Amino acid sequence: MNSEKYQKLKEIIALYLPEDVSVNDITEESHFINELNINSANLVDIILDVEDAFDIMLENEDMDQMQTVKSAVEIIETKLSNK
Amino acid sequence: MGHQNFLKSLPYQKPFLFVDEILEINEVGVKGTYTFSENSDFYKGHFKDNPITPGVILTECCAQIGLVCLGVYLMQKATDFNLDDNNFQIGFSSSQMDFYKPVFPGEKVIVESKKIFFRFGKLKCGVKMYNTDRELLCKGELSGMLKVNKNA
Repeated sequence: MNSEKYQKLKEIIALYLPEDVSVNDITEESHFINELNINSANLVDIILDVEDAFDIMLENEDMDQMQTVKSAVEIIETKLSNK
Repeated sequence: MGHQNFLKSLPYQKPFLFVDEILEINEVGVKGTYTFSENSDFYKGHFKDNPITPGVILTECCAQIGLVCLGVYLMQKATDFNLDDNNFQIGFSSSQMDFYKPVFPGEKVIVESKKIFFRFGKLKCGVKMYNTDRELLCKGELSGMLKVNKNA
């Protein structure tokens, strides 16, 4: 796992965590909706922030695949390598 | 599409429908009106012997016109979705509103909404509500999620 991208993503996710989830609860395997309790509206906010932070463009299929933190990092890496 | 037809397809009815008429609707925004009925039940309690339209109801009116009407229109443009099938779900996800003037029973208001973004099913809009003298009553930013049920 690329730790620089992971850290950057973690900082974005932290902004949208509900009160009952702490930033220390985030792991590579964390599921955004089921484990981090992020709702679908905030998941869109995270994706829009990711686009700005990494200067990439994401599609609906990418969002469907972004179930966990790890899958998000993988999609970010794929998008960056295709630039 | 006739704008009045459009209203029948909204998932609201009395006493919680706060749209009378859509004046304009396009890719970037919507303009609609509503007249608050003097007989609305909430005036009996907000406030005692001093009826004023509650801020949450003004927010709801802005959301129904500015977010739901525009959202349904945009979803129709983006997909082959037919709103007559009522096969969609909506959810209000955030609101930030400022209120400037009281709205009294029987007042007609005009809501204008401009799209900030519509991506991945999330619509965020800037909304403004005016009276018929074009005085600003409230304004803010509202967001919601829209989803089409493919197998409905």
